[in-house]
Amino acid sequence: MEEILRVEHLHKKYDDLGVLEDVSLSVHKGEVIAIIGPSGCGKSTFLRCLNGLEDIQDGRVILHDEIINPCDDVKKLQKSREKIGMVFQSYDLFPHKTILQNVTLAPVKVQKRDKAEVEAEAMELLTRVGLESKKYNYPRQLSGGQKQRVAIVRALIMHPEILLLDEITAALDTEMVREVLEVVLSLAREGRTMIIVTHELQFARAVADRVIFMDGGNIVEEGAPDEFFDHPRTERTRKFLDNERFTVQPS
Amino acid sequence: MGSLGFEVLFKGTNMLRLLEGLGVALKISLVSVLISIVLGIAFGMLVSMKKPAVNAVFNVYLEIVRIMPQMVLLFIVYFGTTKSLGLNLSAEAASIIVFSFWGTAEMTDLVRSAIISIPVIQYESSAALGMSRLQTQLYIIIPQTIRRLIPLSINLITRMIKTTSLVMMIGIVEVLKVGQQIIEANRKSSPNAAFGVFATVFLLYFIACWPISQLSKYLENKWVK
Repeated sequence: MEEILRVEHLHKKYDDLGVLEDVSLSVHKGEVIAIIGPSGCGKSTFLRCLNGLEDIQDGRVILHDEIINPCDDVKKLQKSREKIGMVFQSYDLFPHKTILQNVTLAPVKVQKRDKAEVEAEAMELLTRVGLESKKYNYPRQLSGGQKQRVAIVRALIMHPEILLLDEITAALDTEMVREVLEVVLSLAREGRTMIIVTHELQFARAVADRVIFMDGGNIVEEGAPDEFFDHPRTERTRKFLDNERFTVQPS
Repeated sequence: MGSLGFEVLFKGTNMLRLLEGLGVALKISLVSVLISIVLGIAFGMLVSMKKPAVNAVFNVYLEIVRIMPQMVLLFIVYFGTTKSLGLNLSAEAASIIVFSFWGTAEMTDLVRSAIISIPVIQYESSAALGMSRLQTQLYIIIPQTIRRLIPLSINLITRMIKTTSLVMMIGIVEVLKVGQQIIEANRKSSPNAAFGVFATVFLLYFIACWPISQLSKYLENKWVK
């Protein structure tokens, strides 16, 4: 499979505090990667480095053949970001715009696509996530789960080559987690390339082709989901999985 | 029980004079409001960039405006400057300077707080969609800032209109002063004129400010949720 994204020896520091230390990764077309790890392990920061929301101190991020981080050329970075969809943990919809406007703004203004064509596609995508009836509503009138589904649609309509999902269910009530994860699962099935930071381990196992465990700013272990969860190779991973299982299923 | 004193308003041109007085008050406040909005937006954008030196200067300015009663400011500018600096300021110019000085400080603070209250995620999700900085400002940040700003600044505007009643202290014949003159002139014929005249002045201020504060309520319901 063709390689889409390559991360080479990425180092990230806040002041003197090293957050990411020598992280490398290669992502192929159609691959779904789940990144798990304790909070503060740098997994979200890592994701944010991939579309240049964070600057990095060493190493590089390459999308196809273009270096997108570090990147001094603002125009080039903006172009690259169109190819990288991102959904955040907190609800990041634009509160002053309707659902439809939230979805159509960037394709019309940034990609200069035809408004009627974009709106038709927006309705198609909103229908797919079951929110076509909300098109004239404002974000504040939607539940958290609905907002996250709109945020996914807003990223999809840009036709990104890769989707970055940053703990998109972490702020949701449990009953809303499912409706969002189902959308993500369906995207995985249709062959979308995704990097998913999550702490839903069951979900990671179900959706991912490869699971990456990060701790202390490093990739500690990575592997195919079944192997990773059933036969973790390192002590650190075992400990983390045990802890998580205990909290997930108290008995 | 005597009359409530409303009858003096219908003597001669009394009512017209009151309205003219209101006109003077509104003119001073509207000119000051315009100046304050323009300067406040410019300064507010400057201050929200968080340059330490700029913010230090602004904080001192804001404190001065907050601590100093508007009337003292009026006296300083009108009586103080004319004597010590040899400037020949008209009373109206002096009050516009004072009210703009005050309004600009508060407006700057409102603009600053509206801008910094926009969550970082709004900038980040715009950037993640490939928007340029200009597009982010134009489509995302400025519209949200304005929505937060309008109810707050309308409140400031009504306060500025109300406070113009102070300018009679430096000799401007505005609505309150006209009212006093009418009462004085009719002391003999209508000893109860005070109630009727001041009630009318109250009503005139109410008519000037009420629509503005209603507009603010309407916009608040529409936007701030």
